[in-house]
Amino acid sequence: MRKGLSFINLTALTLGLAFLYLPIVILVIYSFNASRLVAVWGGWSIRWYAALLNDRALLDAAFMSVRIALLSATLATVLGTLAAIALVRIRRFRGRLPFSALIYAPIVMPEVITGLSLLLLFVAVDFDRGFWTVTIAHTTITMCFVTLVVQARLVTFDRSLEEAAMDLGSPPLRTFLTITLPLIWPAIAAGWMLAFTLSLDDLVIASFTTGPGATTLPIRIYSDVRLGVKPEINAICTVMIAVVAMAIVVASLLTRRSPG
Amino acid sequence: MRPGNDRRTWGARLIILVPFAWLAGLFLVPALIVFKISLSQTALAQPPYTPVFDLSAGWEGLRRALAELSLDNYVALASDALYAASYLKSLQVAAISTLLLLLIGYPIAYAMARAPRGARAVLLVLVILPFWTAFLIRVYAWINILQHDGLLNQALLALGIVDVPVVWLASDTAVYIGLVYSYLPFMVLPLYATLEKLDETLLEAAADLGSPPWKAFWQITVPLSRPGILAGALLCFIPIVGEFVVPDLLGSSTTLMVGQTLWTEFFSNRDWPLASAVAIVMLVLLVGPIVIYQSYQSRALASGR
Amino acid sequence: MPSVGAWRTQGGLRMKEPANGVGRSTDKPLLLRLENVRKRFGDFTAVDRLSLDIRHDEFFALLGPSGCGKSTLMRMVAGFEIPSEGRILLDGVDLADTPPHLRPVNMMFQSYALFPHMTVERNIAFGLKQERLPKDAIRARVAEMLALVQLAPFADRRPDMLSGGQRQRVALARALAKRPKVLLLDEPMAALDKKLREETQFELVELQRRLGTTFVIVTHDQEEAMTVADRMAVMEHGRIAQTGTPVEIYEHPNSRYVATFIGDVNLIQDGRSGGWLALRPEKLRIAREPPAGAGNNAVSGIVTEIGYLGDMSVYKVRTADGLVLKAAVPNVTRVRARPFSHGDQVWLCWEPEAAVSLTR
Repeated sequence: MRKGLSFINLTALTLGLAFLYLPIVILVIYSFNASRLVAVWGGWSIRWYAALLNDRALLDAAFMSVRIALLSATLATVLGTLAAIALVRIRRFRGRLPFSALIYAPIVMPEVITGLSLLLLFVAVDFDRGFWTVTIAHTTITMCFVTLVVQARLVTFDRSLEEAAMDLGSPPLRTFLTITLPLIWPAIAAGWMLAFTLSLDDLVIASFTTGPGATTLPIRIYSDVRLGVKPEINAICTVMIAVVAMAIVVASLLTRRSPG
Repeated sequence: MRPGNDRRTWGARLIILVPFAWLAGLFLVPALIVFKISLSQTALAQPPYTPVFDLSAGWEGLRRALAELSLDNYVALASDALYAASYLKSLQVAAISTLLLLLIGYPIAYAMARAPRGARAVLLVLVILPFWTAFLIRVYAWINILQHDGLLNQALLALGIVDVPVVWLASDTAVYIGLVYSYLPFMVLPLYATLEKLDETLLEAAADLGSPPWKAFWQITVPLSRPGILAGALLCFIPIVGEFVVPDLLGSSTTLMVGQTLWTEFFSNRDWPLASAVAIVMLVLLVGPIVIYQSYQSRALASGR
Repeated sequence: MPSVGAWRTQGGLRMKEPANGVGRSTDKPLLLRLENVRKRFGDFTAVDRLSLDIRHDEFFALLGPSGCGKSTLMRMVAGFEIPSEGRILLDGVDLADTPPHLRPVNMMFQSYALFPHMTVERNIAFGLKQERLPKDAIRARVAEMLALVQLAPFADRRPDMLSGGQRQRVALARALAKRPKVLLLDEPMAALDKKLREETQFELVELQRRLGTTFVIVTHDQEEAMTVADRMAVMEHGRIAQTGTPVEIYEHPNSRYVATFIGDVNLIQDGRSGGWLALRPEKLRIAREPPAGAGNNAVSGIVTEIGYLGDMSVYKVRTADGLVLKAAVPNVTRVRARPFSHGDQVWLCWEPEAAVSLTR
């Protein structure tokens, strides 16, 4: 009936994508603006990137964020994958409904509530706030996203491959490790990257659960931004965008080529 | 992982138990703590609330502590119109944003679902990409544009549409723009997932039976995409109610949304119990939508979405 | 063409003849016994108190329409479903507590289920690796299997680089590599085109004869079952309607269901006994004059339709009672003009033993 997209659809797509990307493009362009002011275009320059290298506070915060993100993403991936396996493969168990409710609750819960609750927990057990509390907090809120991604992949996974392996003598655990895992690892990697970005990016939870010496990049940016637009912020944002863009392109290439 | 039977091996138990224990300990228990704190009072102490449950004090200490709990904070919330206004504002903003998100997101998702096969994967990446860049960055990017001397005003001035720069920031409009911008992927993705599975032959059948395209859209496509609409709407509405970053950076300080209220009570006023009470009331307001969302999720899971 | 085995064609249907003549089942020792097996999924009973004996060195077919429970039955033998009631015994051993990876039963999956991230060689070696055989023993067996299915030059290829027929042969080799006691084949030829299907059917028969392993094939294709099976079971709604050799099933159906499921059949209601008479179209002879001494085994009618199928002609004849009978007549000579035409009054007659009386 219709080959390709109709005019309306094409317009919707272009406008939508433009809307999504315009602010980012502007931000990237202005990170190269020699002038400090947005109103004035002072020519192309990388002075803000240079200034970035001298901004100790910002760099420390960036480094802290990356460390937290690496650790929490890995933990979240392990936990989230386990949860996905439980939901998809273990057919019926008592408490399945509350289990799935618990797994998916953090996705919809407003961050201020989870942040507050986690901080109160840490205070109640007298756990010093800092690197570890933020990491634990990030793991908790990102694992459900990993579950979402891995579960979607497991649901479409061809179970007859596992059955064939078991039929040929491979016990269930070995089957999972030698057959299932190699074939779904792109989804797990995608889940890891999702958890990584969410952690890198989080402001609210980190603000609640952080402690002295554990300032993350978003916290740093936020406190700077409240004072107005600072060109170095444009620069660091562009760097973050570039890193994430590369990661997601890699992730999408990985997920596309998965057989089974 | 034994297929098709109910034998619970220890392996299976572990798979369920580990994530469950983590979330029970770090999600459920904290929620209970919030509730308990909401019944407490501020104190100039570390921690800044009282009573503090001290297990070493034994049963007597526990009973004394329990006696100190009260509903004072809730009374405070109910009596000060400020809080009611905050909640109402949050619900209103969330509702309007969700509606806007639906109106803007649906055409995008629909166009993506109708695109040729190969293009769809690319489009999906393009739509997800901004989502994966920092939330904060994206909100901040809008400041660049909406500033007094920002790009929007420059464009409007240059085109002669306005004579003086318009105040965009610190307004509800800016908040709506920021919210729609930030949550668009949350609306588009579930919608796309549902629309993509739509059987195009249904529309062909409708056309064959004499229905014009626009009618087929309303009578077939939209009703069949209801699960996606529901999922997207809930996925946006619920978090937006408690949203903090966008209203804080782009909004005005006349009426705060409840996320901001909570933040202020907690960080500025150092009134943890009151902040907790704010959180609990927010939760109560959201229980309905959360339960609906959960039941939708579990049904989708059961049908092997 | 196969080197062993005999087939005959009857009514256009090719069926295997058992080694020792028509009518008698092969007499080999018992291998697999299903005792009163029942499988329920919630309210739905997929397999309903089914008992079956399968022998050593036998090619057995489970035939039935989709939803009749044959796949569920097969999966219970493989271990992927647990019977709600009843027992499954292999060589006298109850398989109840044995998980699938420990059963001496291997399955060839309908979708082949080849591991996409492994080469043909590694796919075939997979089962042998689980047995922890020494490396050279594995290599030798894999080479033997590759030779068996004629895929030796493809050992290093991945499944996505093979054709459908080649993939099927890899699946077969992989399932046979462990020399299982029973090979289960789940609709193995569903994805092949007709020509390839026929070739593969003969190859499977040949393979089974050569290896002496019991093959159990599940299929909805009656022609396939009749071609490959030494014995078969026709299933309906979770139960077995009839078990027997292809010839027994075809010539001596025990019910209208079995009679109509295999090939073409005329069913005539027998007013006196309340049952039916089943007559295969090829058993009916068509003539202008009423045959002498035919007695009750003849009926007259008018030709309403003629179908020319090359090797046969099929006549549809309507009797005075309104019954429409089908007669299939082989074209033994090259026909230029049809002996009968539309509207002709003809007589159909048959040998008394050609009719089977059915009570259900």
